[in-house]
Amino acid sequence: MCAFLIDLQQHLFLQYALLTGALASVACGVIGAFVLVKRITYIAGGIAHSVLGGMGLALFLQKNGHWEAVTPLHGAVAAAILSALIIGVVSLRAKQREDTVIGALWAVGMAVGVLFISRTPGYNTDLMSYLFGNILMVSTRELWFLVGLDVVVVAAGLAFYNQFVAVCFDGEFAALRGLKVDFFYLLLLCLTALTTVVLAMVVGLVMVIALLTLPTAIAEFFSKTLARMMVLSCVLCFGFTSAGLAVSYGPDLPVGATTILIAGAAYLTMIVVKRLALPGSIGP
Amino acid sequence: MAAERVNHPAIDVENLTVSFGSKPALLDVSITIEAGLAVGVIGPNGAGKSTLIKAILGFVKPDFGKVRILGIPADQARGLVAYVPQRGAVDWDYPITVEEVAMMGRYGHIPWWKDPGLEDKEQVQNALKMVRMSEFRHRQIGRLSGGQQQRVFMARALAQGADVLLLDEPFAGVDAATERAILDVLDRAKRAGRTLVVVHHDLATAAEYFDFLILIKQRLFAYGRPELVLNPELLSEVYEGRLRVFADLSGARASR
Repeated sequence: MCAFLIDLQQHLFLQYALLTGALASVACGVIGAFVLVKRITYIAGGIAHSVLGGMGLALFLQKNGHWEAVTPLHGAVAAAILSALIIGVVSLRAKQREDTVIGALWAVGMAVGVLFISRTPGYNTDLMSYLFGNILMVSTRELWFLVGLDVVVVAAGLAFYNQFVAVCFDGEFAALRGLKVDFFYLLLLCLTALTTVVLAMVVGLVMVIALLTLPTAIAEFFSKTLARMMVLSCVLCFGFTSAGLAVSYGPDLPVGATTILIAGAAYLTMIVVKRLALPGSIGP
Repeated sequence: MAAERVNHPAIDVENLTVSFGSKPALLDVSITIEAGLAVGVIGPNGAGKSTLIKAILGFVKPDFGKVRILGIPADQARGLVAYVPQRGAVDWDYPITVEEVAMMGRYGHIPWWKDPGLEDKEQVQNALKMVRMSEFRHRQIGRLSGGQQQRVFMARALAQGADVLLLDEPFAGVDAATERAILDVLDRAKRAGRTLVVVHHDLATAAEYFDFLILIKQRLFAYGRPELVLNPELLSEVYEGRLRVFADLSGARASR
């Protein structure tokens, strides 16, 4: 731990990693709260996994097609928005097909990604870093891109805070009050998609759902308003990403996996404490 | 409310026909509800009571027929009608306070870039006072009793400031004390000049609670004063003998 703090002052990559965690935490706090109360974790999971398709295609174009300007992060954003819109439109138009479509996009997106990456030099390292995170390899350019995403997500989430609260709480009533419920639902899915891209930089695509939901789920227990839940889960998420970074640094463990295990342990502790403190309550 | 609306009935339903797939939910229903009445909607399960409410709200598209609220077509009259859904409809773990739920009634009045103004806050406090929930205004909604939750949703509808209030089974699954409290709120809303349309399942109390009753089973069987609608022959036709109380409806209240 001490070595981590000393190295943090010297190494830019560690500072970048910490900063990436902070950026991810802000997006996670604001959007994760909506995802949790709207119960669309599974949708977020589907989007996160399908993002690999976009990353793979972008990487392939960059390396094999000599499209230097296209980075995997761009591909990730495009794929995330595309799958958010597909899932969103299906769930609005044909609710009963929603989970089938999510499952299909989940797997097809990954398959596309794996195929493209396998045709690109450097197959293993790239694939592994997308799937399980590469927070220690974030570049200056990527960091700025993440700042941009964060600004978009947080600004939209806060500007339409009341609308999202209303749509997530009782869409029927919101519609009665003249709110464009379908529009805000699609917008929320797109913001969720962008948030999964930011979080994927920290823990990788496969573990995004955990980082999106665990801090928020813990925060929910201590919050009676959504605003408070956002602030609290923001703080918790930053705590987990920083702890993950610090704990994994010495023994050279994978950062993403360490972060998720810390968050999972915290969640489990909360459930146990809650059950001991309030024996009457059922479930987490 | 605006003077030009005074001459219009609160709700005017004309030849309303709604179906879900090949199944008819409402057939050729025409009702005119004058402003300031408390009207109960009765009928067996699956009779289309909720569908009628949803058609008045403009949530379901009729195959045929028209609904007008204070003279304005239902799909354009959204701000004029307030609605209290059945109690099971929301997630009670949702981190939101009583006051915030009531504030949602004001959302149609607040542009997205603004915070609620003084008038919005005042309306919300008045609505909470009306349902006697002021002291609970900072409580999370899951930490309320069933009856209190019901009253929060009534406050949300009242805060909207609409002249027409639609309630879907507000008395379902609440205890007697809560039932009184809800009735009290309905009574005060009515005295404030509002029109109430309430889906109700208990025939024994229907006459006591409402000025007029709508008896419905896909078709409109009766609309009028309770003593006319609660006619044993009519009821046994609509309920097909599934209720045993009609023979003695006048005495039914005594048994409660």
